[in-house]
Amino acid sequence: MSDVVAQKTEEQEPEVDLSIADAIIDKYIDIPGNLMPVLQAAQDEYGYIPRTVADHIAERLNVYPSQIYGVLTFYAQFHLKPRGKFIIRVCVGTACHVQGAPRIVETFFDKLGIGHAETTPDLRFTFEKVACLGACGMAPLAMVNDSTYGAMTVQKVDDIVADYQQRPLK
Amino acid sequence: MLCFRILFMEQVLFKHNRPGRMTTFDEYRSEGGFVALARALAGMSPDEVQQAVIDSGMRGRGGAGFPTGKKWSFVPRNLPGPRYLICNCDEMEPGTYKDRVLLERNPHLLVEGMALACYALGVQHAFIFIRRGYEQAADNLRLAVAAAHGAGFLGENVRGSGFSLELDIHQSAGRYICGEETALINALEGIRANPRAKPPFPAVKGLWGQPTVVNNVETLANIPSIINGGPAWWKGLAATPEAAGTKLFCISGHVVRPECFELPLGMKLGEIIDGPCGGMRPGSTFKACIPGGASTPYLTKLHWDVPMDFDPVAKAGSRLGTGGIIVFDQSTCMVAATLNLIRFFARESCGWCTPCREGLPFVRHILERIEAGQGQAGDIDILREHVRLLNHAFCALAPGAMGPVDGLLNHFEDELQEHITAQRCPFEGTHS
Repeated sequence: MSDVVAQKTEEQEPEVDLSIADAIIDKYIDIPGNLMPVLQAAQDEYGYIPRTVADHIAERLNVYPSQIYGVLTFYAQFHLKPRGKFIIRVCVGTACHVQGAPRIVETFFDKLGIGHAETTPDLRFTFEKVACLGACGMAPLAMVNDSTYGAMTVQKVDDIVADYQQRPLK
Repeated sequence: MLCFRILFMEQVLFKHNRPGRMTTFDEYRSEGGFVALARALAGMSPDEVQQAVIDSGMRGRGGAGFPTGKKWSFVPRNLPGPRYLICNCDEMEPGTYKDRVLLERNPHLLVEGMALACYALGVQHAFIFIRRGYEQAADNLRLAVAAAHGAGFLGENVRGSGFSLELDIHQSAGRYICGEETALINALEGIRANPRAKPPFPAVKGLWGQPTVVNNVETLANIPSIINGGPAWWKGLAATPEAAGTKLFCISGHVVRPECFELPLGMKLGEIIDGPCGGMRPGSTFKACIPGGASTPYLTKLHWDVPMDFDPVAKAGSRLGTGGIIVFDQSTCMVAATLNLIRFFARESCGWCTPCREGLPFVRHILERIEAGQGQAGDIDILREHVRLLNHAFCALAPGAMGPVDGLLNHFEDELQEHITAQRCPFEGTHS
């Protein structure tokens, strides 16, 4: 049974270039507590942590794969599956909640056709409900990658989706 | 009258701010920046710096309000090996964004404050643990650290004093629990951020098993002005004789100006809302507020004249916390607001101890069914029992998470009862 699972996982995973991971590891190899910066840089470079990369990092840093997966599944930054080019985050913290965040979330769901923590099949959008983004004075708040959109309205949701629909994927 | 007072209130943290951008290193220098550090290195012993912080009455600005000088004094003097200072900028408490504003506007203040703290504590290697998502703040900090290095205020043998300091910036991979100081230390070491057992306290055995002090951004940013103006002057910046210094209050919710203000500690809640915040929005009346971030019990109209300082807010049954005030108007369903908070905490429980891991989802379930109109007769008693039970968790997350539930039970039990009796949310349709 476990063989079947393992085989399936490997089938699904596209080829990854391990030399990128090697360059990252070389940079941090002598620093104590290097696991976090290595995984963070790998997440940035690959857009997620492919299984082969996690196993490769385990081997080169001489830590158990279980420890790596323990860290990967604990922290919010790490993802084990490919993500969209544009990560849309809508804050549902309390300050945003009382200013109408639930309606903003619903409108994004409708517009994108995906739910929380899901990615569109074309890998254009990933949608996440998050709390708290730490800009409560601008509530309700949304972010697309590193761009911040304050005082969100249903109309602004339309504008944002239309804007990022037009941007090139590559 | 109020406007007059606010206009002439002395500021130390926002004094050097420029509208809409970061203050440059040269601007900060020309306005007295790094004078405190140069003075301390030239003419004060480390003990004198520590004594000044003790005398100032400074209490930690990260939420717990522990006296900063006292925390420093717990570091043993004669242990071999290095010791560390960590600046906690893992600002993930919903409703709190003061450290972001401080770092985006004037990161130099933190660099100088950390250098002073390291001098007092005998630290040669310090870390800034900054949360995920604060990219601008982290970028500004990198600029500030590089500029301070360039001017000889960091690095080897600062200003020929024999004092050396390296400052590293570590960006968190993101979990609320990382704000707990022992969990933060684990995160910095590259493992899962579960809290550690105390004792030993970090002051004795922290990062890599060495003595470690963890202080909040705002706490450390205040130290240059304590040294510059003297502890007595700094203490006197507060609004009441009992309070000490200024405080960053970051306000959100149904007010006219939801912004971050530096105000005297001990200013009354009503004065803050009616003064700098410009009052409630048109059509809104004040119903309640969270006084200091998501883990603090609600204050209501009854507390309008409570001085916003650690002890008076505690006396009112809540906590000053981080100074992140979320203001709710009459349209807010307090059950739904509490449910929103509990959803956050239940998700962010690190899973280490049973009361928190199992208890918070259970409380969330109870609140969900009350809000959905399926509340049962005994639900209020169950909630009350869990406020008591979750106090016995491993760290402060679960007791903090139950703060809003405690506030709900103490001030809005009738609203809870109304949900259960009517089998629906009375605010249905008035908010989304």
